[in-house]
Amino acid sequence: MPIQVLNVNGSVVNVDVPDDMAMLWVLRDLLAVNGPKYGCGVGVCGACTSHLDAAAFRPCITPVSVCANVPVTTIEGLADGDVLHPVQQAWIDEDVAQCGYCQPGQIMTAVALIAANPDPSDADIDAAMSENVCRCGTYVRIRAAIKRAAAQIRTNP
Amino acid sequence: MTDQLAPAPPLVESVQHDAPPGDTTRRRFIGYLLATPMLAVAVRLELDDADRAAALPEPSDLIDLGDLIIAAEAAYQYNLRLDVTADNRVRFELPRLEKGQGVATALTLIVADEIDARLADTDVVLSDARLDRPFTITGSSNNVRAMWGPARVVAAAARARLVTAASRRWNVPAHTLVTRDTMVVAPDGRSATYGELSAEAAAVLIPAVPSTTKPASQRRLIGTPTGRVDARDIVTGKAQYALDVDVPGAVPTVVARPPDIKGTVITYDDTVARAMSGVVAVTRIPSGIAVSARTYDEALKARDALQIHWARGPLAGVSDATIRQRLKQINLPLTVPGILVGKVDATFEFPYVAHAPLEVQSAVADVRADRAEVWIASQTPVFALQEVAAAVGLPQHAVTLHVTRAGGSFGRRLFCEPAVEAALVSKAIGRPVKLMWTRVDDMRHGRFRPMSQHSLRATFLLGNVLSFEHRVAAAETDFRHGFGEMLTAAGAELYNGGYGQTAFHTTTKVPYDFPIADQLLVEQDFGVPTGSWRAIYSGFTATANEIMVDELARRLGKDPVLFRRQRLETARTRAVLDRVATAGSWGRSMTPGTAQGVAIHEEYRSSVAYLVEIDTRGVEPRATKVVVAVDVGVPINPKGLEAQLQGAFIDAWSTMFRAQAHIDDGRVRESSFSDFRWARMQHSPPVMEVHVLPPTTDEPGGAGELGIPAASAAAVNAYARATGTSPRRFPIGQ
Repeated sequence: MPIQVLNVNGSVVNVDVPDDMAMLWVLRDLLAVNGPKYGCGVGVCGACTSHLDAAAFRPCITPVSVCANVPVTTIEGLADGDVLHPVQQAWIDEDVAQCGYCQPGQIMTAVALIAANPDPSDADIDAAMSENVCRCGTYVRIRAAIKRAAAQIRTNP
Repeated sequence: MTDQLAPAPPLVESVQHDAPPGDTTRRRFIGYLLATPMLAVAVRLELDDADRAAALPEPSDLIDLGDLIIAAEAAYQYNLRLDVTADNRVRFELPRLEKGQGVATALTLIVADEIDARLADTDVVLSDARLDRPFTITGSSNNVRAMWGPARVVAAAARARLVTAASRRWNVPAHTLVTRDTMVVAPDGRSATYGELSAEAAAVLIPAVPSTTKPASQRRLIGTPTGRVDARDIVTGKAQYALDVDVPGAVPTVVARPPDIKGTVITYDDTVARAMSGVVAVTRIPSGIAVSARTYDEALKARDALQIHWARGPLAGVSDATIRQRLKQINLPLTVPGILVGKVDATFEFPYVAHAPLEVQSAVADVRADRAEVWIASQTPVFALQEVAAAVGLPQHAVTLHVTRAGGSFGRRLFCEPAVEAALVSKAIGRPVKLMWTRVDDMRHGRFRPMSQHSLRATFLLGNVLSFEHRVAAAETDFRHGFGEMLTAAGAELYNGGYGQTAFHTTTKVPYDFPIADQLLVEQDFGVPTGSWRAIYSGFTATANEIMVDELARRLGKDPVLFRRQRLETARTRAVLDRVATAGSWGRSMTPGTAQGVAIHEEYRSSVAYLVEIDTRGVEPRATKVVVAVDVGVPINPKGLEAQLQGAFIDAWSTMFRAQAHIDDGRVRESSFSDFRWARMQHSPPVMEVHVLPPTTDEPGGAGELGIPAASAAAVNAYARATGTSPRRFPIGQ
């Protein structure tokens, strides 16, 4: 099997897996990076959302070979040591989470949204978050947290 | 949250009777000091036979299902454990499932408040299944109701011993000491942390101060809006669900399942699958063919390479229309004739709905020759343990079942299919197994809120309501998760027809002073797997009532708020209705195509009202604003309550406007969140405000399911007023 050279949350690792193995299972089953969650396996729920370089992507439908030699950031790699990313902090400040299972994916999607659009409107948030399911129904607090984090980032870029 | 617990020390070292001062009964709180070097308290209420008879509620006193559950647990309710560790942590083992409803945070507040610890020093961990708590169930929104007394008692017993230990250490009278911030403090300013005192407290047999719980006036944390205790773990990806637990060597396992509900394997060929990359084993189990591999990716690919010849399931030929027709046939007749009086008749149809928690069904199992260990997010851990023990042929005491946090549940985790499957595979292949259902498995082979048909009639004369009848015909709700044994233990007189009837009649009430209010349920098992779905029968029955009440008010030319207000039986429900009407500017002028809707619900010793504003002018309707008011008696954590009531609205919107599970020729049509049209951000109201009323009673009520009926009906009532229609079948958008 081919050796894949991966850069996950700043660590370079080699894994011996087929090119077509979905990145989610490389992360979870071989690297014990469990923050990205399985929710559907077909890219429709968003629970595994992580970043490939700076773009949000769905590890459950992305072959590992696509990720080779490209920086991958999961929820575990978002904070700067003990200092949370402003979006993570906003999630705590707005007490967004309930069961928490979808929230790593929600947060990673929100980080990409704010990076592309520093002052998202309600319609922008609707569009950007439209492919992330929260079964507990935390949307109203996710919306508030995105606005809070965006404002924080605009103030202290 | 999911710390693995060491087995409880076997030795009960001492028994001590703390009779609270002024206690006129013969009940005694017995503090068991466990034989550990540090303070570890288990407390239970010891009753002699006469007391026992007096203490257990009479069946006629059992007002609702939550009471039944609490009564069943009564004999075991003090089988709890609280530890004070040397590093000054107060650790409480919670015999409930944290599934997003915030029970761990609520209990952290309750325990920390009672024992006078800092929140940051208090850990609430999920208890393993305890055979000495046989009827433990996370359900019927009873967690806070059931734990409120016992958790405070155990904390108070520990505090009394810590104070006594400090009193001995300093040789000062115990009653002069105060407790705060996880410390005992003396009048002269000396202080010691609970951690420092724990070892000495463990030697206290008879506390020098009473172990009585605090009066409300001395509480400092209960009622304070508090963020989730596990928020940081969640946002950093550290929160551990069942499949995140590190069980060395656990093999990822998936199951090839039939296309039909309860279809079966005729023959299969695993030659190709077994030769594929990473495959460890292929195992036939009753529900299908399990494939275990190095990774889930490899297990899923090998599963797809299996050649399986499936027999059709028992529901071949059965579709929604078949069941709907049958429900119409079996529903009981309305009995009040609508002659010489005015009447409103209405029928409503609710579909099957998947629970679809975002964390799919999953479990880890390690079955050995003489013992087994299981990890699963279970609402009924002892039932799950018993199921596993029976499946693998071990005595119950040889099975350890760890309860992991759940990624949502909504009733789904009352059952424990993946634990049994994982245990069977682990036993067969001789290795630990972590078994995961795919989303498709969950949608097609999960359980469902039962389909229901509703026939309602209200009669009136000169503007006065004379009668309100409601006949419900529903697919049978499956309560075979230890519920029957629990009701028997509660001494509940079963209604004719069994557990479903008992649950129906102890949960669904008509909260208005209608002279005749009569609700009857008839059920039939159609073979589609069902299970309690958040709010159980109230989810459709009370929803239908509140839509009907709006139609009745409309017929009588009355304002929906005023009509309810004049007929509600309890002041608490009137108060929440008034609050939303005021805060939500009820009756304000609205543009055509937009409207307000309102509804109330009372259950679980709580009351709630929703006011919803809707806009029906777009491609699909959208709620633009939601105002909620809630009275839970004693709010423990207002932030948690807000979350529950906001989330309930999303459930309500999804079930009333968007999502359902269709049965087509013995199969479930939906396969994922692509076609199970649960609400997303763009379907959710941008504004939801929740007003939590200050304490109105001495006992907290439940809230987890409370919002569903009122939110559902308020949204539909708003839609009906905006469109001038009378919706009859849900979800409206299908």
